[in-house]
Amino acid sequence: MKVTTGAVGLPGTSRQNKTGSWRINQRPHFLHIRCTACDLCALCCPEGCIYGNGRNTYYSDYEYCKGCGNCAAVCPVDDIEMEPEKGGLPEGVFVFYDEEEFRHMSTA
Amino acid sequence: MVRKMLEGSQAVAQAVALCRPAVICAYPITPQTHIVAELADMVASGELKSVYVNADSEHSAASVCLGASATGVRTFTSTSSQGLLLMGEVLFNIAGMRLPVVLSCVNRAVSAPLNIWNDQQDSLSLRDSGTIQLYAENNQEAADLIYLAYRVAEDHRVLLPAMVCLDGYILSHAWEAVEIPTPKEVDAFLPPYSPLYKLDPEEPRTFGMYANPEVYTEARYMLQRAMEEAVTAIQEASHNFELIFSRPMPGILEEYRTEDATTVILGMGSLVSVAKDVADELRGQGEKVGVVKLVSYRPFPKEMVYEALKGASDVLVLEKGISLGSAGPLLLDVRSVLHGPHQPRVRGFVCGLGGRDVTRQTIKAALAEKELVDARFLDLKADLELEGMGQANRDRQPALARGARRKRAPRKEGINSA
Amino acid sequence: MLLASAAFEEGKEALAFPTFGAERMGAPMNAFVRLAREPIRDRSQVKEPDYVLVLDPTLLRGFDVFAGLKEGGVGVINSPVSLEELGVKTKARVITVPAGKIAEEVLGRADRANTALLGAFAAATGEVSLQALIRVVEAHWPGAVGQKNARAMGMAYNFAKGTGK
Repeated sequence: MKVTTGAVGLPGTSRQNKTGSWRINQRPHFLHIRCTACDLCALCCPEGCIYGNGRNTYYSDYEYCKGCGNCAAVCPVDDIEMEPEKGGLPEGVFVFYDEEEFRHMSTA
Repeated sequence: MVRKMLEGSQAVAQAVALCRPAVICAYPITPQTHIVAELADMVASGELKSVYVNADSEHSAASVCLGASATGVRTFTSTSSQGLLLMGEVLFNIAGMRLPVVLSCVNRAVSAPLNIWNDQQDSLSLRDSGTIQLYAENNQEAADLIYLAYRVAEDHRVLLPAMVCLDGYILSHAWEAVEIPTPKEVDAFLPPYSPLYKLDPEEPRTFGMYANPEVYTEARYMLQRAMEEAVTAIQEASHNFELIFSRPMPGILEEYRTEDATTVILGMGSLVSVAKDVADELRGQGEKVGVVKLVSYRPFPKEMVYEALKGASDVLVLEKGISLGSAGPLLLDVRSVLHGPHQPRVRGFVCGLGGRDVTRQTIKAALAEKELVDARFLDLKADLELEGMGQANRDRQPALARGARRKRAPRKEGINSA
Repeated sequence: MLLASAAFEEGKEALAFPTFGAERMGAPMNAFVRLAREPIRDRSQVKEPDYVLVLDPTLLRGFDVFAGLKEGGVGVINSPVSLEELGVKTKARVITVPAGKIAEEVLGRADRANTALLGAFAAATGEVSLQALIRVVEAHWPGAVGQKNARAMGMAYNFAKGTGK
């Protein structure tokens, strides 16, 4: 692995860094019953990994979801519940500086 | 080459203009403002085709320069005193990201108490930042060091920010004759900036990344090596400067009458001029006194300083700053290369703080000192009472009693009593 | 600055620098100039001047403006009244010149007396020629402003010559 001058790296390292691997024991479950598409869950997610377009379409990308519970706490119609972690967490990956290593790891 | 009467700030501004930075971003502070005001005038009149950004603080000014430099262009800023300290964390970042931002520091005392006059505490306080520091003795050097700063900073072996330091008021507001080269001459010395990495949407990069314990040490080690390379880069650039401009450029240091000197005074900036006058006077009386002017403070040119001083028996370091709780920063650096037996005695003196005039008398007072001091404040006023200090105490400036053993404290009963 | 530039015009080496107190207009300040044939290294404040110019006569109340003035040195004070009336007692050769009055007449402002005072200095000491001063002033302030300043300098020069002191 190479340390570049100024530790300059490549972009997209956030995508590489699977923060979903940080979850411990809970993750959000989107009920899709009463959702009003207010978008608050998506706005309040610190990772920005909640997506949705219209009622009862919202979901969290578990590759990056850290299980913080903000979305469930903020949903005005209680359509999100925190459920026990079901396993199958992604593998944690640290950012790389080496172009070759990055291209090898990048899946986008 | 034209020689004209200029204010120091104008000489610096004209030198910067000849280097054609793409972005200039600054915040005003006494006594550097004349420099950036002059540059702003040049941009406004169209004489200088740079983007001039008015920042809301020095922290912002340095940050704009960081960002602009990261896009691969030449930048410039200027500041003093508290402004430089406010830029502090950004300068560490600029150095860590290996960006060759050039700035001028018009040396001014730091608060508190508030003082607008000259000393070098501001730049000395950022000696750890990874910024190259070059100190000008006069306005010719203040201008010339700008060309040198860009050339060395942008050298791919170096890629570090570089700061040209000039004494506030003493140099910045002094009118004297300065040679300003032609654009052609400057271009012959300073090639266009060719960045190693840059922010470019076509080929994206990330600057200022997170580095975990596994790689951080190596990144910092690379900085130290770059500083060491800078010594070579400065020497090479200085020789080239002399060839192109037909003018002396002591980029690292200058030795004045040191050949057979037993006593050598070492300093930086305008106080060296006074030291040279004192050396001339004492030489006239048969005393073997010489002066070493240090131009490159960072990188600290260990080998060259050692070579310049090893033949003396007495070295006096005079500086306009102090590392409170220890000694003068310059003294500490000089002593670090002259350790061990058979080395000259090195002593440190603090003078010229907050604009107090450094005169021949100041320097002679240092020469008259007998004790092994490392931070002797010269020119303390006898008629000023200092609260909390009795008369006997206030004048007691501790000196190192080399070789003296401290009295042992009486043994107490307990774990460690044998 | 003007004096240093004029001397430089005439082939001398010159160094000029200020020192002042409060950062505001109207506060007392000192401006130092050194003229020489060789490059000047001494940047310390001038404590033993050959010449002292006093632009604001109110300073005479609080300051010993001629402290350190060398024997044989010359002082020039901007004042509409004579030395005796000012109450200045000094062994040095000191002349007074109504530079403020001249400035008011020519430039419309009594506090723009610096150029006139320099004209008087040139006459009293011969250290720099009036022509060099005029060249510098007109280069610094092109057009009518420069010409008016030049006229004020000339008038003060003649006044100083006329006093014959």
